[in-house]
Amino acid sequence: MLGGNLLANYGETIAMILFGIGFSDLLLQRNLIKKIIGLNIMDTAIYLFLAQKGYILGRAAPIVVNGVQDVDAYINPVPSGLVLTGIVVSVSVTALMLSLTIRLYRRYRTLDLDEISARIKKEYQKN
Amino acid sequence: MMALAQNFPFFSIVLAMFAGIISSVLPGKAAKWLNTLVITAVGAMSGWLLVFLCRTGEPFVYWMGHFPAPWGNELRAGLLEAGMALVFAVIMLFSLVGGRPRLELEVAQEKQNLYYILTNLLLSSLLVMVYTNDLFTAYVFVEINTIAACGLIMIREIGRTIEAAVRYMIMSLLGSGLFLIGICILYDLTGHLLMSNIKQSLALIVADGTYTAPLLTTIGLMSAGLAIKSALFPFHSWLPDAYGYSTVSSSAMLSSLVSKGYLFLQIKIFYRVIGLDVITNSQVIHILFLFGLMGMIFGSLSAIRENDIRRMISFSSVAQIGYIYMGFGLGTELGMIASVYHIISHAATKSLLFLSAVGITDASGGSKRFLDLTGAGYRNKIAGVAFSVGCLSMVGIPMFAGFVSKLLFAQAAVGHTYKTLPALLVLAVSTILNAIYFMKTVIRIYTPQREEVQYAVPPQHFGTRKVTLLALVVLNVAMGMLSQPIVSWIQAGLAMFG
Repeated sequence: MLGGNLLANYGETIAMILFGIGFSDLLLQRNLIKKIIGLNIMDTAIYLFLAQKGYILGRAAPIVVNGVQDVDAYINPVPSGLVLTGIVVSVSVTALMLSLTIRLYRRYRTLDLDEISARIKKEYQKN
Repeated sequence: MMALAQNFPFFSIVLAMFAGIISSVLPGKAAKWLNTLVITAVGAMSGWLLVFLCRTGEPFVYWMGHFPAPWGNELRAGLLEAGMALVFAVIMLFSLVGGRPRLELEVAQEKQNLYYILTNLLLSSLLVMVYTNDLFTAYVFVEINTIAACGLIMIREIGRTIEAAVRYMIMSLLGSGLFLIGICILYDLTGHLLMSNIKQSLALIVADGTYTAPLLTTIGLMSAGLAIKSALFPFHSWLPDAYGYSTVSSSAMLSSLVSKGYLFLQIKIFYRVIGLDVITNSQVIHILFLFGLMGMIFGSLSAIRENDIRRMISFSSVAQIGYIYMGFGLGTELGMIASVYHIISHAATKSLLFLSAVGITDASGGSKRFLDLTGAGYRNKIAGVAFSVGCLSMVGIPMFAGFVSKLLFAQAAVGHTYKTLPALLVLAVSTILNAIYFMKTVIRIYTPQREEVQYAVPPQHFGTRKVTLLALVVLNVAMGMLSQPIVSWIQAGLAMFG
């Protein structure tokens, strides 16, 4: 059953809900900082999803310890690698967004994107 | 035994990337020369590779670090990839050379090397999107492309460009989020990240008839992500400001390269990851078709209402992206050929339009407003001619590149069972709307002025710009007159794509 599936894979379900929250935050919030928070929630939700998918119950992290080289002893390392790469990407875009936000704030003294647009329009109509 | 040419995809990517890194410590002038050199080298290597592939007639796979599939990371090159890399390099070179005088005026001297870092990174990420055979690598370089594009928008620091950059980033990040979650679901379905391996696993899944809902979801998410990033109609709100106010090289590169890179990746996903037959049978393609049609109409309508020439050209880009998605939406091979042709012809035409529009506004005292442009075609003759050629090509007058794309789109539409009528109808309406705003502008710049107005004489050292404009005009006419070899190249390229 559909409901049963959702409950059994509760990690993935939560990840998808978080993704939705982050996505709509990034899309709909007017405040730039809240938008960036939304971006981070969205990205983190994807990492949670990947981590959930890569994890196999009862197995260890994919680092060879005590010479055990059996494949069955470890979880799938690829999703963890993807998460690491994804974190690097999301850190850089967050930094870029924050620096843009600072620039806009210094110029227009507000974090509200619509307000900024309105002020820019006024500024250009004057000239 | 490996031929030298088979290393060229890797060489071009690494060359562009390292040039970007080195540019960070170079003074502006040196960075400029390094950048020109790198783009030329990448163009030459892609041309060589194209000839090599024409001779061998077979695509090849390049193992990064010599790990075989499914573990290693791969590059893959066929006719279409090599040709696309060549087109990107040529257009990028023209955009940079043609826009350089403005760039030197609009960007502070000490920041100019930053501009060349960004263009080098843009080139390398475009090349990766063209050549890579790994979906996650494609995602990472999509993000690098976005960051570079954001820098290109805001390097001319005025309030409007920073706001445009923020809006661009927000839309792009929404797109990348959807694209990434799509890749993750696809990875869960198939257990692979290499495109060819994913396709093999998907063929089994499709044959079994299982996992239809997740498959549809992932196709939808990836297509939506890339559609948002390439500014398909309802997601284009950032576009006019970003193209309209950034320095002209940036506008030309953003419209003719950045969005085209995403579109190329989309084609690649259709052919090499999902498979065209699966795509054709999914509902996603109808949605893309519908949004494409809407873009063709509404982009043109917004362009008609626009009073600023640069923003008008930007809105026209929205319409043209609509054409390309309409071609995707047909889901036939002819539709894909038409879309690929339009990707190239639009890249050649839009860079020409942006560069010549700056020539026209410079001759009108720097004003971008419509009425001030009266008679500009007489004041700057070469820009006027180039702009008219660009307009004629966009409208679809025979002899120019745009005509061939429209012809191909119409032929593709006729071949479809039930999308013929809407596609042809919208194609006709959109052509008329295009004609309205482009011809209006051409007539305006060739209307003699009533009273004498003294314009500030533009600086006269713009010789390179004239040469670039003429070269782009020649490219447009050549694409319009010699379309047959290009179409057969695209056909052969798509055949070895899958």
